[in-house]
Amino acid sequence: MDAILFLIFAAIAVGCGVNLVVQRHPISSALSLVGVMAALAVLYLLLGAEFMAAAQMIVYAGAIMVLFVFTIMLLNAGSERKTDKALFARLFGVPALIGFIVLIGFLIRTLLPKTENVVFGTFTEGTARGVGLKLFTEYLLPFEVTSLLILIAILGAVVLARKEI
Amino acid sequence: MEFFIITGIKAALVAFVLLTTAAYLVWIERKVLAHIQLRVGPYRVGPHGLLQPLADLIKLVTKEGVLPAQVNKFYYLLAPFLAVALALVSISVIPFGKQVEVFGYKTYLELANVNLGILVILAISSVSVYAVALGGWASNNKYALLGGLRSSAQMISYELPLALAIVSPLLMCNTLSLREIAEAQAGFYFGLIPKWHIFQMPMPQLLAFIVFLIAGFAETNRVPFDLPEAENELVAGFHTEYSSTNFAAFFTAEYCNMVTISAVATHLFLGGWNPPLPEVISNWIPPAIFVGFSLLAFYHATQTSPTRPWDKYTFPVLGVVLLGLAGIFTLPLLRDALTPLFWFAAKTGAILFLFIWVRGTLPRFRYDQLMKFTWTFLFPVSVVQLLATGILVAIVN
Repeated sequence: MDAILFLIFAAIAVGCGVNLVVQRHPISSALSLVGVMAALAVLYLLLGAEFMAAAQMIVYAGAIMVLFVFTIMLLNAGSERKTDKALFARLFGVPALIGFIVLIGFLIRTLLPKTENVVFGTFTEGTARGVGLKLFTEYLLPFEVTSLLILIAILGAVVLARKEI
Repeated sequence: MEFFIITGIKAALVAFVLLTTAAYLVWIERKVLAHIQLRVGPYRVGPHGLLQPLADLIKLVTKEGVLPAQVNKFYYLLAPFLAVALALVSISVIPFGKQVEVFGYKTYLELANVNLGILVILAISSVSVYAVALGGWASNNKYALLGGLRSSAQMISYELPLALAIVSPLLMCNTLSLREIAEAQAGFYFGLIPKWHIFQMPMPQLLAFIVFLIAGFAETNRVPFDLPEAENELVAGFHTEYSSTNFAAFFTAEYCNMVTISAVATHLFLGGWNPPLPEVISNWIPPAIFVGFSLLAFYHATQTSPTRPWDKYTFPVLGVVLLGLAGIFTLPLLRDALTPLFWFAAKTGAILFLFIWVRGTLPRFRYDQLMKFTWTFLFPVSVVQLLATGILVAIVN
């Protein structure tokens, strides 16, 4: 059951990812990205990371991507126009892509240490309690540094926007 | 296998009840608004217009679904589907009452017990903005696009105070499961004041409740925050180009979202299905209400006027039905299952009435006022309220 669900949603994620690149219209691409994120959330759920799944939906699909879609609509961006491809890209594009994928696959298989297979349902620390405990004990410093980083980003945005007014 | 059958039955029941509630909510809204404005409201179809929702449904379904020429077809048809699907999904994590036993099978009155219930609702409500934004964009109409844009900006902004207002009661009960949240609010102070979150020590959540309600109004696009569909500026906003069943889908989704947000407010702040008074008294309130209404019906049966000759037959029938309902609520076996359901429905209904009441009372905000209100007032207030709750909870523990 878990394996079947994994395959279905992994296929959806990959399909949406390909669609994101293939689509001409920015809105279609943005919505494909939402599809990737929703499928990823289901995969997190299958792995037992419930809180991550909910956060993925709320933060990425619900806030960040809405902002993307909002901006695309506001600028009323039209479809991309197809340009004449360069001779080099026409001749070597597909072979180079295949070669790149093979190279990456080879590197992952040889360089990364051998890991055990994932077993669905064994990880149970993915609840809000588990994530919170880790955040406020083991990963307290990275957590606080990240919050400082976000604060700086907000200040930067305010400073940049004030010039306009 | 048994699990699938039971869940299927429950899902069908919940969907039926929710859609019927949404349909009759429209009738109640029109009636209440009419009486606020000294009108009668729907009166022609059925007694007191009670069959009006059915007539509206038939009208909407049999109308021609116009597909304008210039729309982006895929997204134009996807948007209403998305709206109604998300509205129906979010009700599935809300519990309606305590454990009940039907023919020896014990079950909880809910579809799914998710231990992240409240986060699931937040996730779905944050995604449902796509339905409105896409509908507005795909229509290829300037008014619809403006409505969609307003709606996405508004929903992103109001999600922050909404989430912060949800967090502070969660701090007090230490769980994210809606059933456990409701169970944590059982009991009374001094045997009289209920331990609902708006009254609970160490920090009564009255302020968070108000912030939640205001943000909830904005999330469901209701007056005074119905800028995405402001009639006098944008025709009908994001659903200007929609007709027939597609329009009905948006309409249903809006009312289902209202029911969901009221149910969540009930669970978070008003104690879920816990009665407002100790059970010795509160168990007799539902039968007392039904007996009162049946006596009223019998009284009106005697006061017949010549213009309404059927009243002397219909009112006694109504009275007997109400007496029967009162009898059901006094049977000890059924009472344990039905009384929590009654209190849950009563509180949710009270909040829904507030939604309608506000619509009949307040004018619409201007768009810049709307944005200024949330970022400079609502958001700081909810942050301060969250900090105060956190400090007090830490001190008490």
